[in-house]
Amino acid sequence: MGYFLFRRTLSFVLTLLAVSVVVFAVMNILPGDPALTILGIDASEDALAALRDQLGLNEPVLTRYALWVWNAVQGDFGISHSFGIPVAGLIAERLPMTISLAVSGMVVTVILALALGITAAANHRRGGDWAVMFASQIGIAVPAFWLAMLLVLLFAVKLRWLPPGGFPGWSDPVAAMRSLVLPTVALALVQAAVLARVTRSSALEVMRLDYIRTARASGYSRARVLWRHVLPNALIPIVTIVGLQFAALVTGTIVIENVFYLPGLGRLIFQSIANRDLPTVQALVMLFAAIVVTANFVVDLLYLAIDPRLKTRT
Amino acid sequence: MRTIPISRPLAAAVFCVSLGLTAGLASAQSAIVIGLQQEPTTLDPTSDATASIDGMLTQNLFESLTTVNEAGEVLPQLAESWTVSDDGLTYAFALVRGATFHDGTGFDAEDVVFSFNRAMAEDSVNPSKGIFAPIESVTAVDAHTVEIKLKRKDAFFLFNMAQGDASIVAPESVDQAKTTPVGTGAFKYDSWTRGDRLVLVKNPDHRDAANVALDRVEFKFIADPAAATAALMAEEIDAFPGFPAPEILPQFEADPRFNVVVGSTEGEVILAINNSKPPFTDIRVRRAISHAIDRDEIIDGAMYGQAVPIGSFYPPHGPAYVDLTGAYPHDTDKAKAMFAEAGVAGTTMTLRVPPFPYATRSAEIIQAQLSEAGIDAKVENVEWGFWLEEIYKNLNYDMTIIAHTSPNDLSNFARGPKYFYGYDDAAYNDLWKRISEEADPDARNALIRDAQRHLTDQAVHGFLFQLPQLGVYKAGVEGFWPSRAVLFQPLAGVTVN
Repeated sequence: MGYFLFRRTLSFVLTLLAVSVVVFAVMNILPGDPALTILGIDASEDALAALRDQLGLNEPVLTRYALWVWNAVQGDFGISHSFGIPVAGLIAERLPMTISLAVSGMVVTVILALALGITAAANHRRGGDWAVMFASQIGIAVPAFWLAMLLVLLFAVKLRWLPPGGFPGWSDPVAAMRSLVLPTVALALVQAAVLARVTRSSALEVMRLDYIRTARASGYSRARVLWRHVLPNALIPIVTIVGLQFAALVTGTIVIENVFYLPGLGRLIFQSIANRDLPTVQALVMLFAAIVVTANFVVDLLYLAIDPRLKTRT
Repeated sequence: MRTIPISRPLAAAVFCVSLGLTAGLASAQSAIVIGLQQEPTTLDPTSDATASIDGMLTQNLFESLTTVNEAGEVLPQLAESWTVSDDGLTYAFALVRGATFHDGTGFDAEDVVFSFNRAMAEDSVNPSKGIFAPIESVTAVDAHTVEIKLKRKDAFFLFNMAQGDASIVAPESVDQAKTTPVGTGAFKYDSWTRGDRLVLVKNPDHRDAANVALDRVEFKFIADPAAATAALMAEEIDAFPGFPAPEILPQFEADPRFNVVVGSTEGEVILAINNSKPPFTDIRVRRAISHAIDRDEIIDGAMYGQAVPIGSFYPPHGPAYVDLTGAYPHDTDKAKAMFAEAGVAGTTMTLRVPPFPYATRSAEIIQAQLSEAGIDAKVENVEWGFWLEEIYKNLNYDMTIIAHTSPNDLSNFARGPKYFYGYDDAAYNDLWKRISEEADPDARNALIRDAQRHLTDQAVHGFLFQLPQLGVYKAGVEGFWPSRAVLFQPLAGVTVN
């Protein structure tokens, strides 16, 4: 277990380091000048030069990278070029929005997918199965942003049940939750469609095994067999996909936050790339990478919890 | 008859609640939520060119020495009057008395001197530093008088001094201008949730507070046109003065809850041509391009009919406008013959387009029109940062489509061969010099007309249309300017009924 943790931590650090090199290189190769983006097309040459100097853009690339790593190791991610405030603060004020959205999206995805997937498996090759398969096929085919627009048209514009977008902050929990409903559904439906199919096929696989037949034969009810015996043993592939989906959900917020004009990290990274705001993009991509790596790590830990046999191998 | 007994305290409570409700309603009446497509990253108009900063804060939170009305005429603001010396080089501004900054510090001549020196300094990052270039010196004669000496005459000086770039800031508070701005205007900063909204509240101490109807102004940032439409339809937003999608306007026009106002901006949309790159150095090629394009088709297709064509580089609502749209009538055969004569028939030209709907939509139509005239135009959609670097800075392009939204921007053509037009014309440079030094408005307008004719004759660019100002307002919202000669919109005159 100790070796396992050490290996994981090392690969975590190396992944982040690799990501930081790639982002730094790409942002420097990409044509674009943050000073020009800030001062616009009427700016004079000397004003641009003064701003480049203030932003420290006149230093050689390698020096800037080394300086960035040195500061980042000490927890200082620099000052945003375009916002003019520390990147850490910029991220901190947006993080609750994106995390709320990703977590609520994940919860809805898992509940919906497990319920539908197990129902489909239990009704294999019957009406319920066909219905779930058909619905999930549509769910996979529909892009999240388009679904989002349809949801807004129906529930916000036509019926006026929910706000069309925006986020009032958690100081008013009811309003905050109301404004999260549509973005969550838009995010979760597409992911749930994928996960429901995985759940179904994984459950079907387990249901063919001998011990399930034995359980049924020894008199357990269908429901008990499904939830007590089939589901736990079908979880490994489901958890694997959920891990991947959490990464997809976090990045999926980029699109959803733009459609629902939510003040989260997705909109921030969108704006920062357009502004060539290297310190902000760098920190955000690192954060997204850290979330993905952490999600994979959690999945590995879950494997151990689900299937104790794996413990002896690590 | 049965009566329902009500205890006295309860009755009092009910009364208070209903009173509270009415009070709540009354104050809700004087609040407005304004939608904006572009979200700024800082709030300081003197160090960031983002147009929405001016749209929200210039002449609302910040004030300048002068201001400009809807027609573009210069009016007093922090300077209540001024005199100009006979040689046109010395301006004496008499400042308003008793004005204060929102943090309580007083406003006087030293603040003006500070603001100008800051904008003119060597390390200044003012986005329009050029408008301060004619200034020789700024001195405080006394606490309420400022004298500005110019190096050369500048006909646009008073107009330029009304812009957000020339906002008057105080040395005590300028360091926080990017995040919590402090000015002298009729509205003061309340809160800013980055990525979401900016809230201003009425400044009760403003000298003109009695004429300001709004108590609270909330700007909401919605970049996506579909989301903006939904927010208006759900009545989350009262006004969207720069609505991004002309194709959706009929939907609002048909709805009695909304007023749609189509005005004009200062934005000339041009098919910019790299005049320094062969074959575009050949005037026959540029003229052939002008003949090949059909403005009406572009306006119908790209702007859903909501724009006015232009034949040169000057807004049709301006006082010195000449209609030159007939100079190069759309004639595909003629264009074909001229391309052949110049030896470029059948060649490929690239059209690198920035990510603005007016540009990307126009590009497809122009591509088709050029192809009819025998030119294989390749459209490349590029992102804004790329456009600034490759097209604007490095002149690495054949043609592009862009709107120039600054007022008085005929000066662009006198910016020399390094400016992205690649246009270098001694005759025009001389003409622009005479325009900028001509004090008499009539004589100046006559010169501006000459400048328009000159640019059309040289077919410097394909001149397409004036970018419209598309406003969607909830019924009862009054006081927004239908057209703007400047980037700002004073909210002091806006009312919500």
